[in-house]
Amino acid sequence: MTMWQSLDESDTRTQAPPTAPAFLAHNEGDMVAVAVQDVSPGERLVVYLDSDREARMTVTEEIPLGHKVALVDLATDAEVIEYGMRVALTRQPVKAGQLIHVHNVRSARWQNSI
Amino acid sequence: MAEQHLTGYRRPDGLVGVRNHVIILPVDDLSNAVCDHIASTITGTISLPHAYGRLQYGDDLELTFRTLIGTGSNPNVAAVVVVGIEPNWTSRVVEGIARTGKPVEGFSIERHGDLQVLAAASRTAQQFVQQASELRREPIAREELTISIKCGESDTTTGLGSCPTVSQAVDRFVEAGATVLFGETSELTGGEQIIAGRCATDEVRSRFQAMYDNYLAEIESSDANLLGSQPTQGNIRGGLSTIEEKALGNIAKTGTVPVVDALEPAVAPTKRGLNFMDSSSAAAEFITLMGAARSVVHLFPTGQGNVIGNPIVPVIKITANPLTARTMAEHIDLDVSGLLWREYGLREAGDQLMALIDRVANGRLTCAEALGHREFVFTKLYRSA
Repeated sequence: MTMWQSLDESDTRTQAPPTAPAFLAHNEGDMVAVAVQDVSPGERLVVYLDSDREARMTVTEEIPLGHKVALVDLATDAEVIEYGMRVALTRQPVKAGQLIHVHNVRSARWQNSI
Repeated sequence: MAEQHLTGYRRPDGLVGVRNHVIILPVDDLSNAVCDHIASTITGTISLPHAYGRLQYGDDLELTFRTLIGTGSNPNVAAVVVVGIEPNWTSRVVEGIARTGKPVEGFSIERHGDLQVLAAASRTAQQFVQQASELRREPIAREELTISIKCGESDTTTGLGSCPTVSQAVDRFVEAGATVLFGETSELTGGEQIIAGRCATDEVRSRFQAMYDNYLAEIESSDANLLGSQPTQGNIRGGLSTIEEKALGNIAKTGTVPVVDALEPAVAPTKRGLNFMDSSSAAAEFITLMGAARSVVHLFPTGQGNVIGNPIVPVIKITANPLTARTMAEHIDLDVSGLLWREYGLREAGDQLMALIDRVANGRLTCAEALGHREFVFTKLYRSA
């Protein structure tokens, strides 16, 4: 392994303070929230940015920093709401607490982006 | 908070710059070599090599001329040496820049050769750089500045932190009477109706909508799978899943003010306030267009760590991604990752950015300037003849 690879792979810790939430959601009613640190399964804190409301949720998968967790159960071809707007359609059923990304959602606008 | 004293260079046409570059500007790809030699001969000048300028025609050629003339006319530029392979198009660029009243002189290579041009153009460049070294900064008002915004290698932290921080600066600049440029036509997809709704008049709205519809029709006519290109592989690695999600984060940097105009690429704004420009979302192409439209400072929110710079426009990088802030610290001018962890609020992050913009305007080098990033890339509308 070359030097830069080992740096790249080993240096991925995030040092969030103990008071930091696990997730931020943009708007009340959003179906996803963004991990603001690397999150492991368990009960975790979500803060809604528009209302400052705090909520607890159960995470069932590893969610890396910057990746999204489903806040609700979603069926196939369901609209995914973030920022209070549709950002994607599901490709398969997704359970609350699971990772949401390109493996289970797709663009609703660019039909070839599947 | 007391406003920091802003200084800049007032050019003969009245525009205000925050840098004092003497540039060696090739009209075409063939002239890059001698321009580089001039710049290495005369200390304090910079060469702006690029890939085009031959056999272009129609709108594509006009865009190249606007880009060349606009770059030379940017108030961050004190004086310009123009070099082209032949005299006709060289003169067109020289005459366009001369309308600003700043020193500009052209040289053509045919019937002279690189070495004769090197000697003659270097003598002019030396005079220009010595003259420019005596120009002094003077007090300026914020309203005299034109700035531009575009994010790159975005991720979900961009929409949560760095773009809303830039949004604070956009509102404050526009409130002060300044001019702000944004664009990235296709990267509004999923939120284009938000921008349309913010257009100041129906006329601006219909021009914006036509620009958006044309750009999208061009992309969709390719019938290509854009995943991995738009959103980019970096966007996806950073957690962004679709163009719509990327667009809403992108739009989060545009402030809350009305959109006063919808400009063709590389056209300088005539209205103060927030201006849209029909433009590619590729960082080097975009900031080159912004420089041609007279932007003097660019604000660049990044998630995964785009390292973009520009030869004449200082690019200020802002990230809210704590991993990027730590692993790419030499590229990041402002770390607002504390927003993600609720350590401070947007207003405070906005205060930090405004203070940094003023320091950069007053002469502090950005990370991209210190690292020698001088990406200068033309937008090409179609193949050359």
